[in-house]
Amino acid sequence: MAQATIDKARPVRIRRRGRVGPGVASAFAVLALFALIGLAPGLFTDTSPIETDPLAALRGPGAGHWFGTDQLGRDVFARVLHGARPSLLLGLGATVFALIGGTLWGLASALGGRVADQVGMRLADIMLSLPELLLALFVVTLLGRGTVDVMIAVAVAAMPGYARLVRAEALVVRRSGYVEAAAGLGLLRGVLIVRHVLPNAIGPLLVLGTVGFGTSLIYASGLSFLGLGAQPPSPEWGAMLSEGRGFLETAWWIGVFPGAAVTCAVIAVNVAGRHARARFAGGIAR
Amino acid sequence: MSSPPTMADAPTPVDASAPAEAAPSADPGPRAPMRLLRAVGARLVAVASVLLGAATLAFVGLKLLPGDPVATLLGPQTTASPAVRAQIRADYGFDEPVLRQYLHYLGELLHGRLGESYQLQQPVSALIGEQFRPTLELASAALGLAVVIAVVSAITTAGRRSGLRSALSAWELVAVSTPSFWLGIVLLTVFSFRLQWFPVAGTEGVQTLVLPAVTLALPIAGVLAQVLREGLETALAEPFVVTARARGLSRIAVRVRHAFRHAAIPLLTLSGWLTGTLLGGTVLVEKVFARPGIGALTLQSVNTKDMPVVMGVVLLAALVFVVISQVTDLLYLVIDPRLRKG
Repeated sequence: MAQATIDKARPVRIRRRGRVGPGVASAFAVLALFALIGLAPGLFTDTSPIETDPLAALRGPGAGHWFGTDQLGRDVFARVLHGARPSLLLGLGATVFALIGGTLWGLASALGGRVADQVGMRLADIMLSLPELLLALFVVTLLGRGTVDVMIAVAVAAMPGYARLVRAEALVVRRSGYVEAAAGLGLLRGVLIVRHVLPNAIGPLLVLGTVGFGTSLIYASGLSFLGLGAQPPSPEWGAMLSEGRGFLETAWWIGVFPGAAVTCAVIAVNVAGRHARARFAGGIAR
Repeated sequence: MSSPPTMADAPTPVDASAPAEAAPSADPGPRAPMRLLRAVGARLVAVASVLLGAATLAFVGLKLLPGDPVATLLGPQTTASPAVRAQIRADYGFDEPVLRQYLHYLGELLHGRLGESYQLQQPVSALIGEQFRPTLELASAALGLAVVIAVVSAITTAGRRSGLRSALSAWELVAVSTPSFWLGIVLLTVFSFRLQWFPVAGTEGVQTLVLPAVTLALPIAGVLAQVLREGLETALAEPFVVTARARGLSRIAVRVRHAFRHAAIPLLTLSGWLTGTLLGGTVLVEKVFARPGIGALTLQSVNTKDMPVVMGVVLLAALVFVVISQVTDLLYLVIDPRLRKG
């Protein structure tokens, strides 16, 4: 509604589908670069991320070591590059898991009858009333620490939001004429869900999932920073930040560069997410 | 710090449906006091149901905690005899049926007792009480700062196609995308270690509060400014703005006195998200700045699997959330007279 009023107030450039502005283009370029680094960090650096060199410890950024070296003489640049895979996978895994869990939850609520709906949605209400990070910490308390546990914890915290969305979409689609027609033709319930209900819910779900990926990246690296996720020898960005916290006085670069990597990734994801949302809302992008 | 919400997906207040059902506007039936009573009653039920739900969730968590609670209680290095273990089991009621434990737990909660910490041998409420002040100071300082930054940034730039506006918009995007723990580390590096303007850690005096509050406030300010600007731009496009200008009001007076009131409504819908972000954010910020507080207590309890304390914090968060959403609902009425008719 707000969007519509703004549109009326002053002319908004309407871009044709497929054309994107420079900001969005660079966001996708950054994402592609991060994905490439995550897939093949060896393409960008020959230096080992775990090999220690006590003689070269705590050197500042310079020609030999672009991002400096840490307290054990490990090259921070190589560590940041090699950290892309575990860090991005942690966030991506949490998002995918949350999307799947949220979809099942939402479908069960929408199509599983009144009791299932009441239970499912009241649980979502309660979980949504708690801070996401606190919910994730609660789950970590139950599961213990580790990368998979943190992934699950972040996913569980994000799940009720997706569940609500899927339920709402499924309810709308279920009452539409063509689904009733399909049901009238005797289509099995499962086939109906997969073939008709899900494809309609998938658009808004993916838009929300893109924005959620950014949030998951922040929370997952945050939990690693708190010492609950990836553990120190791993070059995961949050864990590196946690190590770097102890050396701020003498060697700021140990903590600052991995954090900058998280931030760049999240900015790129958020710009891409906004673009997806704007396109989904009617192909209008300012 | 959760997904930066915009007006498109602004969360609705949790109990929006409850009062609406209780006080139907068209129904002239019961007299006004009755209606008020029913509205208040419905609200209380909504509050109680969220709290009961959170308590149940926490209790389920406690029961799902893997391992023998007695072993968790005693810690890894213990020489406790079986007799002592049995005594602890009986003292804590671990041998009772689960349903009975649950009812007992709810009964204790009604008396304001949150149980006893497994590790620190103290009541959870006392532990939370001790740590409450530094966190409250941090959260309120951050909230105040975020609101001031957002209001100034949105009022000065809404609806203007200037370089300043795009610069601020870009800054807001960076702010909402920046993990607070990294922001804190950058601020510490620059202002504490390099320039030495602020102390590195501690809670003594206002000096120690500045950097943590800024760290917590900036990402929030980014979100608030975005939502506020969008709201302001919508309001500024309304005919009443032209009327107000025609009456001779200055541009800035129109913004502050008229448009801002409209723009504040979408801002209010964010209060739930805001509370959660402040509460959750303190865990990270207190860790970065080595501050004591609820966040530090939570982290310590998560690390030692001290479930009763974690449960206490979860319940506190739920309580704060329901109180804030009730206050928010009242604020809607204060800000928007159109809603007062019910």
